[in-house]
Amino acid sequence: METIVFSLLNGIIYGLLLFMLSSGLTLIFSMMGILNFAHASFYMLGAYFAYSIGSVTGFWVALFLAPVLVGVAGAAVERFGLRRLHAEGHVAELLFTFGLAYIIEEIVKIVWGKIAVPYKVPAALDFPLFELFGSQYPAYRIFMLVVSLAMLFALWYLLKRTRIGLIIQAALTHPNMVAHLGHNVQRIFMLVFAAGCALAGLAGVIGGNYLVTEPSMAFTIGPIVFVVVVVGGMGSLEGAFIASLLIGIMQTFAISVDATFSDLFGWLGLSASSELGGISIPSLAPTLPYLLLVLMLMFRPRGLMGAREF
Amino acid sequence: MAIYKTVKLTVVGLVLMVCFLINNTVESSAADRIEMAYIDPLSGTFGNAGDSSLKHYQYAASLINKAGGIGGKMVEIVPFDNKANPKDSLIQLQKAIDRGMRIIIQGLGSSVASALTGGIKKYNKRNPGKEVLFVNYAAVDPALTNKRCNFWHFRFDSHVDMKMAAITDWLKTQKDIKSVYILSQDYSFGKAVSAATVRMIKEKRPDIQIVGNEFHPIGKVKDFTPYVQKMMNAKADAIITGNWGSDMTLLIKAASQAGQKSPYLTLYGGGLGAPTAMGRSAVGLVKQVTEFHENLDASDEQKKKIDDFEKKYGTDYYWERIFTSMGMLSKAMEKAGTENIIGIAKALEGMEYETPYGKVYMRAEDHQLIQPQFISTYSDGVERDVENTGFGFKTDLRIPAEASALPTSCKMRRPS
Amino acid sequence: MNQQGTVLDTVSDLGPSRRAKFTRRVLPFIIMAVLLIVIPMLGPSRTALSLLNAIGINIVFALSFNILLGQTGLLSFGHAVYFGLGGYTAMHAMNWIEYADGGFWGSYPMFALPLVGFAGGAFAGALIGWPSCRRAGIPFSMISLGIAELVAATGLIFVSFFGGEEGITGDRMNGVEMFGLNLGQVHQVYWFIAFWTFVGTVAMYAFTRTPLGRLTQAVRDNPQRVEFVGYDPQQVRYLAFIASGGFAGLAGGMSAVNYEIFTPEALSLAPSGLVILMAYIGGIRYFAGPILGAILLTYMQTNLSDFSEAWLLYLGLLFIAMVLFAPGGLAGVVIDVTNRLGKPGAVQQFVKGLVAVATGMIAFFGVVILIEIAVRLTNGHGEVFQPFGIGLPSTSLMSWAIGVCLVAIGVFGLKFTTKQVGER
Repeated sequence: METIVFSLLNGIIYGLLLFMLSSGLTLIFSMMGILNFAHASFYMLGAYFAYSIGSVTGFWVALFLAPVLVGVAGAAVERFGLRRLHAEGHVAELLFTFGLAYIIEEIVKIVWGKIAVPYKVPAALDFPLFELFGSQYPAYRIFMLVVSLAMLFALWYLLKRTRIGLIIQAALTHPNMVAHLGHNVQRIFMLVFAAGCALAGLAGVIGGNYLVTEPSMAFTIGPIVFVVVVVGGMGSLEGAFIASLLIGIMQTFAISVDATFSDLFGWLGLSASSELGGISIPSLAPTLPYLLLVLMLMFRPRGLMGAREF
Repeated sequence: MAIYKTVKLTVVGLVLMVCFLINNTVESSAADRIEMAYIDPLSGTFGNAGDSSLKHYQYAASLINKAGGIGGKMVEIVPFDNKANPKDSLIQLQKAIDRGMRIIIQGLGSSVASALTGGIKKYNKRNPGKEVLFVNYAAVDPALTNKRCNFWHFRFDSHVDMKMAAITDWLKTQKDIKSVYILSQDYSFGKAVSAATVRMIKEKRPDIQIVGNEFHPIGKVKDFTPYVQKMMNAKADAIITGNWGSDMTLLIKAASQAGQKSPYLTLYGGGLGAPTAMGRSAVGLVKQVTEFHENLDASDEQKKKIDDFEKKYGTDYYWERIFTSMGMLSKAMEKAGTENIIGIAKALEGMEYETPYGKVYMRAEDHQLIQPQFISTYSDGVERDVENTGFGFKTDLRIPAEASALPTSCKMRRPS
Repeated sequence: MNQQGTVLDTVSDLGPSRRAKFTRRVLPFIIMAVLLIVIPMLGPSRTALSLLNAIGINIVFALSFNILLGQTGLLSFGHAVYFGLGGYTAMHAMNWIEYADGGFWGSYPMFALPLVGFAGGAFAGALIGWPSCRRAGIPFSMISLGIAELVAATGLIFVSFFGGEEGITGDRMNGVEMFGLNLGQVHQVYWFIAFWTFVGTVAMYAFTRTPLGRLTQAVRDNPQRVEFVGYDPQQVRYLAFIASGGFAGLAGGMSAVNYEIFTPEALSLAPSGLVILMAYIGGIRYFAGPILGAILLTYMQTNLSDFSEAWLLYLGLLFIAMVLFAPGGLAGVVIDVTNRLGKPGAVQQFVKGLVAVATGMIAFFGVVILIEIAVRLTNGHGEVFQPFGIGLPSTSLMSWAIGVCLVAIGVFGLKFTTKQVGER
């Protein structure tokens, strides 16, 4: 019982963090066809910006300022890099963002050093909020939950209830039509790209001190974000949401299960002493998202809720 | 497709190649100084551990140089970043050898040490007269001085079995600990920790129940909360872990966040960021077994050395054995000559050496340093704190050098 | 480029003459072979030989990658999987040879180990290629990414095959000797690497000349049309994938002999990323492009990393610059320059080009200064960047101003000169 409650709670928080990262990527991907390899790098920038700004102004200012800065950086990348490449096709764009990921990581190493920086949870939130089954639950995690849900609601409101959301939704599926109607599609692209990067930055601000702020953090989480986007399906924020939670919960649950292959498949004659039988479920946790990705692309290329194949 | 352009391109490419070659034909030789290769992670997850030990080595070298060097030659530590990866380490080894270095220093990661000791053995067999020596200051998989021992490898840290013997000896006196949980990194070192613990507990405290024996991927876990939750569910009276570097720091961080109140019996709980993550809640709970901590009795001279180091580098003095290794190495080099690797190795065999904390010796049969061990607890009210936390380590138990020695299965083959 | 065709009235003579065929298809390989043989006679140091060995491995690896990207138009983020699986197979074979008691492995020469790697890589390609090759474009890239991560993570789980964190090690000085080489010393390994680099390059060039090799290019350019003609693009992709995996495995086998170790790291995203950079910077549109890229990047990787901590940043900048301004890569630049040389007004163009290069160098030098003083400011070792003996301390505002000025001058100059060159 304890296991289930804690795994669920931790899994949901991790899943929401993933969603914050992948929502922007999904929008960018479905609108512009750009699979932004450097998206997780903006997540990293968010964490580092928050660390630097926070050491001067405190956490709360950084919480707002860092995502904005990341968004500006994202807009610059779109305006001066990607836009030039649009005519060259998607592979060129993909390669550009791939190179960009390298550059951002190296710049981070130069500016902030090669080892992790001490980006800490703010003192105001660094206390156990409640006790459950004899184990304390840190307040900061609940704060993360609140921020994620607030973002989720804001995003939903923006897309479904405002005029700009309407245009964005239209541009997702019919970019040419929207352009013919006289909207500046390029500017919408830039706006969405910047907003997506800012969301990734926000994820970095609240995730950097929950996990570890180090130069390799982008390359660790980057591929998982891709998994979310593909599994969720093209152009579908709902799909990305479900996929994020699914992956978050799946990974935390796998670690808390205390079983090996031989326990699961013992009825097939798999013995605990054989190598396959000795594999424990927790050790499989890192492979699960990718297994999901490959299976999804093979059997349902549309993803969970995608409107079309990509 | 412009395959037809192949001629031009091939010529250009191969001309480039020759240019690089000419650029590379100058072999650096340093007759006036001794360059020692330091091959350890200087970036990535374990970069902070490498950074700290490199500073210790550079300080040790500067002390030797201040005293006139070795045989009149100045010592220089040349860092190579192996990213904690065995293959990269072999490439860096190759580079170091190509640049004329004969002393190879490594410690962080038994998987790396295992690759290096194998690589060095092969190289020395193939290049007689140009041998290199392997100084291992921290890789503690027992196999390195047992089944896989070789003449070129010298270990200056007590290996896992010796450390676990100390911890289980201490457990014998703790009658209220009835169950333990073992968490280890999933590679040769972690497996050695787990195996030694299980074996020795069965021997010394058969009544203790092992309620968990878990492995996690090394250097990849960023949030240990699920593991801590599992330990708490298992209701273990004590946790035994061999985790080091950021794996130790993050584990302790998750444990203190969850309010875990079990004692942690660790090999590396005393430095490299772990104390910072512990805070007040860990006082009295975290124990470590080491050859050194700052609150051991020592001469004023030694205390001044510690202060000088901390002032110069702004980081904790943590690795006494690095100074032991450099001291013994320079003594052997003075005796055998700085280029005579076989002579240096033979001089190290059986060498006795006086450290600030007692006498140590390099056992000839397996090249394992035998030194006193200390079990200590993270405590309040200490003379010297760690990482400016206000807390530091207090000795519970001193295990004399001879008592920590264990028999070896090494069958050393020496060059004739 | 049609000067050699003197008779144009019969269709059969439209093809290149025998002489042209020779200079274009055979001569480069003769030059390559001669150079490979001449190099050891120059008396290279151990360092140089180690570097050459690494270059040889990467040449084969990058060329095998280009069968996918350049030829078939498939961008794979997991090409190191085939390099690694081939290498692991070779590594195991190396140990089978060492402990062989007669039988097949008892008489198998260590020299031929890359063939085992080829088999391993091709087998992995055949296995993984089938689900991967159903789609081209982004879905293919995503599957390759997923499979790369999956295989890399599995590498730590199946210890008996992958050896866990330590990997698998072996000893190459075993088995039957071939050509009198026991592979002990680095110069002996050089002959081994040179031989297989040559064989691999020739074989991959030959592959581009086969009907299948031609079809892959058609599939890249217009899969629909290929289907019209009666071929199945999916099958063509699949076969190219297997060939590419096999040659990557060949490189893996070479690496197994050179380094005598394989670790799960070899399967991961990092080496897969590096091979993308190699092929693209070299030029994916030309057969020889990846060779240039492999030489340059391996050199940077081993030597530049000693001079500058930020070498990956230079690499990243170079890559981005190539993607933005020179999609043909280094090879494209070389060909562009040599083509212009042969045309009227070449001298003028050449001078203008030189000016452009000079201003570009100024900008580049400014960037280098900025990066290097930034590195020295933050790494805490307190050393001073000294280009040409001029000390540029990281803490002085002057050094930064110099860097910024140089970049500004260079960029402005470049804009001006490239405009002129463009106008002809």
